[in-house]
Amino acid sequence: MFEYEFIRRSFVMGIIIAMIAPTVGYFLVLRRQSIIGDTLSHVALAGVAFGMITNIYPIYTAIIFTVIAAIGIEYLRRRYENYAELSLSIVLSAGVGLASVLTSLGNTQGILSYLFGSLSLVSNEEIILIIALGVVILVTILILYKKLFYMTFDEESAYLAGIPVKTINLYFSILVAVTIAISMRIVGILLISSLMILPVAASLIIADSFKRGLIYSILFGVTSVVMGLILSYYLNLASGGTIVLTSLILLIITIIKGKKK
Amino acid sequence: MSEKIVELRNVSFSYGINKVLEDISLYIKKGDFVGIIGPNGSAKSTLLKLMVGLLKADIGTIYLFNKPVNEFKEFYKIGYISQTAREFNNMFPATVEEVVAANIYNKNIFSGKIKREEKTKVEEVLQIVEMSRFRKKKIGDLSGGQKQRIFIARALVNNPEILFMDEPLVGVDIKSQSKFYRLLDRINEEFNITLVIVSHDIGVISKKVNRLFCLSNGKVYEHDLKTDKNINLKGIYGENVNLLFHQHWEE
Repeated sequence: MFEYEFIRRSFVMGIIIAMIAPTVGYFLVLRRQSIIGDTLSHVALAGVAFGMITNIYPIYTAIIFTVIAAIGIEYLRRRYENYAELSLSIVLSAGVGLASVLTSLGNTQGILSYLFGSLSLVSNEEIILIIALGVVILVTILILYKKLFYMTFDEESAYLAGIPVKTINLYFSILVAVTIAISMRIVGILLISSLMILPVAASLIIADSFKRGLIYSILFGVTSVVMGLILSYYLNLASGGTIVLTSLILLIITIIKGKKK
Repeated sequence: MSEKIVELRNVSFSYGINKVLEDISLYIKKGDFVGIIGPNGSAKSTLLKLMVGLLKADIGTIYLFNKPVNEFKEFYKIGYISQTAREFNNMFPATVEEVVAANIYNKNIFSGKIKREEKTKVEEVLQIVEMSRFRKKKIGDLSGGQKQRIFIARALVNNPEILFMDEPLVGVDIKSQSKFYRLLDRINEEFNITLVIVSHDIGVISKKVNRLFCLSNGKVYEHDLKTDKNINLKGIYGENVNLLFHQHWEE
């Protein structure tokens, strides 16, 4: 199967996404913000539709839309301190509303490939963009690792340890937004948040330290994507869905195995 | 007179229209072992959060190390153990070592080089709280009292000058409590760390407390423990409490 250029490309991209999505997702899940992935991916849909109408490359518009939405969520989260999840619902509504109106405005036929992800239409430009952004995301998380860990564990104490909590929160939201925008090409808008959550859910069953939890999440993510892509090629199935179902099966196996311990 | 580490001048604070602290002035000196007591809902935790700058006073000024608290940046000088610190999800994947090391004050973001120093420091504070052998354990698997020791270790890792604790004995079983008091005494005397402890339970405040503040109806009352043995707590707590209290305090 690797004789095809497009397959090789999707494997490279898939593995990068398999590393960044669970990494970002790991912090989201532990901060009880796992739903943020769904919210932002619906906003990404609006971004893609906007790109298609205005003839701007949809990944760029999706990045801009999701980053604005992420900043909006951070702002609303502070405004509704005790109902933080309300900020997610508000932005989700905005995203879906905007997406449906924008889709009806012009020619948005290609939108289906963004909804469920697609292997075949990945250009060189996309692959370079995704590799570059993927590296930036991984490196910054590595640099901020200790601070992010502290903020995830106990935000109040992190603030009192002199960590610039507000700035890092905002910066992290932007990372989440970018992750979603670049991952949607392979896994699809509707499924991207599963790739951020399912590997982490499996990892939490077996992780006995924060560091190992993160490593296991990435391993589960990469395994799901590689297996999912191979299966989807040979069985002629939709790649995004196959990846998600593979990671779901891995999660179920981990839960069953983990229980016996 | 030793130096004032914390000072509140005419501080008021409200949640919405509900005024919980009214015109409070007090100070805490270096080396003090301060107990703050009061019934549930008397804004003890709020007072503590104001002191460390997690909340902002509506009126009045709070000084930490002679600096207005909003300008205070020498965070390594203070340790704070909140009530919610222990309420995290037990599934949270973090080892004792990771949690304690996270608090090491470090301006440099590329912290690879000082790893070994960090390890030594973590080991040192874990020995103080007698939790060394739990270094690699998942923190969610520890008991309430053990978790509390870990949070003390976490606070000690920067050699703070003052340690604020919100209800430190909640979740510590009766058997371990005296051991816990000894640890607090040691922190106060041997390491010369000023302690500020909030509790709703009068019995919790150990004999070593040298200053006692009672919060009631938005006001704070300080009692000089050397002269003022007959503290009128009936007004604050209602009947019955006095007897228990006296048992605890009479030598």
